[in-house]
Amino acid sequence: MDINKDLMAASSTPIVLAILAEDDSYGYAIIKRVRELSAGRMAWTDGMLYPVLHRLERLGHVEARWEVADSGRRRKYYRITAGGRAQLAQERDQWQAVDATLRGLWSILPLAVLPGHPAPTAPFPQGA
Amino acid sequence: MTNPADTSALEDQINQWRSYLHRRQAIHAVDVAELEDHLREQVAGLVEAGLAADEAFLVAVKRMGSLDALSREFAREHSDRLWKQLVLAPDEPGEARGSVPREAAVAFGLAVAAAAAIKAPALFGLRWGEDEGFYARNLSLFVLPLLTGFFLWKRRLGAGATRRLAAVFVAAGVFANLYPFAPGGSVEILSALHLPIALWLAVGVAYAGGRWGQAAGRMDFIRFSGELFIYYVLIALGGGVLAGFTGLIFQAIGVDIEPVFEQWLLPCGVMGAVVVASWLVEAKQSVIENMAPVLTRLFTPLFAAMLVVFLATQLWTGRGVDVRRDVLIAFDLLLVVVLGLLLYSVSARDHRAPPGVFDVLQVVLLVGALLADALALGAIASRISEFGFSPNRVAALGENVILLVNLAWSTVLYVRFLRGRVAFSSLERWQTGYLPVYAVWAAIVVILFPPLFGYI
Repeated sequence: MDINKDLMAASSTPIVLAILAEDDSYGYAIIKRVRELSAGRMAWTDGMLYPVLHRLERLGHVEARWEVADSGRRRKYYRITAGGRAQLAQERDQWQAVDATLRGLWSILPLAVLPGHPAPTAPFPQGA
Repeated sequence: MTNPADTSALEDQINQWRSYLHRRQAIHAVDVAELEDHLREQVAGLVEAGLAADEAFLVAVKRMGSLDALSREFAREHSDRLWKQLVLAPDEPGEARGSVPREAAVAFGLAVAAAAAIKAPALFGLRWGEDEGFYARNLSLFVLPLLTGFFLWKRRLGAGATRRLAAVFVAAGVFANLYPFAPGGSVEILSALHLPIALWLAVGVAYAGGRWGQAAGRMDFIRFSGELFIYYVLIALGGGVLAGFTGLIFQAIGVDIEPVFEQWLLPCGVMGAVVVASWLVEAKQSVIENMAPVLTRLFTPLFAAMLVVFLATQLWTGRGVDVRRDVLIAFDLLLVVVLGLLLYSVSARDHRAPPGVFDVLQVVLLVGALLADALALGAIASRISEFGFSPNRVAALGENVILLVNLAWSTVLYVRFLRGRVAFSSLERWQTGYLPVYAVWAAIVVILFPPLFGYI
C-alpha cells in the first residue's frame, strides 16, 4: 500500500517528534522505528528525513549534537526540546480530531461503496 | 564474512557517492557526513541480513532517494544556501587554513597605510583642498604602490620583480613632480589623468605574478580590473550613504563635520577603499559570479541598438558631426565603453563555444562604433588646421587612434571567427597583447607632453 505524498509529509512532524519523545535518536534509527511501527507500510525515502529533521531543528523543536557512535563514526543525534513537546501535544490533538472524525465516518459508511473491497456479508443497514 | 577486496570496493563506491553529494550546493559538508553515516548503517544492516556488500550498497543508495530529489528537498529547507555567500574562512579541506585572516590583516593594514599616505603631505604643509595640483598629480602614487606591494606579497614575487616595479613607481614620482607645471594647466591635468593608467600596468604585472607573459594571466588581470571597478563603485555608494547620515545626525546636535569629512574621511576613504576592494575581489573570486560579464550581456545589445539608431539617424538627416571642443573626448569615451563591453564579453566567453547570436551582436556593436568614430574623425580632420594642436587635442586624438586600431582589428578577427576561419582565442590574445599599448601611450603623455608643450 502506498501512502500518498501529502499525507506522508503532513505526518512526518508528529511521527518524528513522537519517536524522539521516547528517547534521543538519529536518522537511521528513526527510519527503522517508523518501518517497524507501520509494519513496513510507511516507507520513507531515507534521505528525505533529514530535511525534516533540519526544519524541526530550525524551528527549535529538536536539538542536534554530534557524538562518536560505537562504530567509531561521528553521528548526529537529535533530542526533543520543551518546545518540541508542546508542538507534539498540539499535533496529537489535531491528529486525534482528524482520526476521530474519520473513525466516525468509517463506522457509518458501508465498505461496499469503497472500490476494491469484497461485498460485505452483512446486509445493508437500513436508514443509516 | 567480509573480505578486504569487498571492503575496499565498497569504500570506493561510498567515496564516489559522497563526491556526488558534495557537488550539490544545497547539501553542506556536515549534511553529507550525516547522510554518509546513514548509508553506512544501512549497508551494514543489509549485509548482516545476508546481502553482498555491493548489493547492499545499491539497495542503500536506492532507499536514500535520487540525488536530484534529495538536493531539492535540502534546497527547500535551506533556501539560503542557493545564494552564494562570501565566506572568508576557507572551509574546503586542502585549502591553506589561516591564510585568509592573515591576508585580510595585511590588506586592512595596507588600506590604513594608504589612508595615512594621503594625509602625510599635510605634515609638510601641503593641504588637501588647497594644493590641488600636487594631490591630483600624485593621487595614484599614494595607493598603487601599496596595492602592488600587496600582490607582490601575495604572489611571492622575487626581489628582481620587486626592484623593477619599485623603479617604475620612483620614476613616476619623479615625472609627476619635477616638471615645472603651470598650475591648473592642461598639461598638468593630462599628466594627472594618464599617470594612473600607466601605473595600472605595474599593478597588473604584480597581480599576474609570473603569468604576465601569458594571455591567461593578463586576462585574469582584466577580469580583476572589471570586478574591482564594480566593487569600488559599490563601496563608494555605501560610503556616500554613511557620509550623508553622519552629516545629518551631527547637524541635529549642531556640530558641523564638513571640515572633518573633507579633510579626513573623504581622502582616506577614497584611498583605503582601493586596497579593500582589491582584497575583496581576490577573496570572492571563485565564490560569487563575476558581475562585469553580466553587465556586458545586458548592455551590449543596448549599446549596439543605440549605435545603429544613431547611424541611421545621421544618414536620414544628413547632419554632420558638430565639431566642438569636447566632441573628440566624447567619442573616445564611447570607444572605451565599447572596448569594455568587448573585453568583458571576451573574458567570460567559453573559447570552444561555436559562434552565436551574441557574437553577431558584438560585431554589430563594433562596426557601429567604428563607423560613428569615423564620422567624428572625418569631421575633425577637415578642420584640424583651424583648431591647432593643443595638448588636449593631441592626447585625445592619440587615444582615439589607439582605440580605433584595437577595435578595427578586433572586428576583423571577430568576423573571421564568425566565418570559422580563426579560433576565438586569437581575439583574446589580441586584446591581452594590446594592454601595454595603453600604458605606453599614457607614459608618453606623462613623460613627453610636458616638455613638448611647454608645461602649459
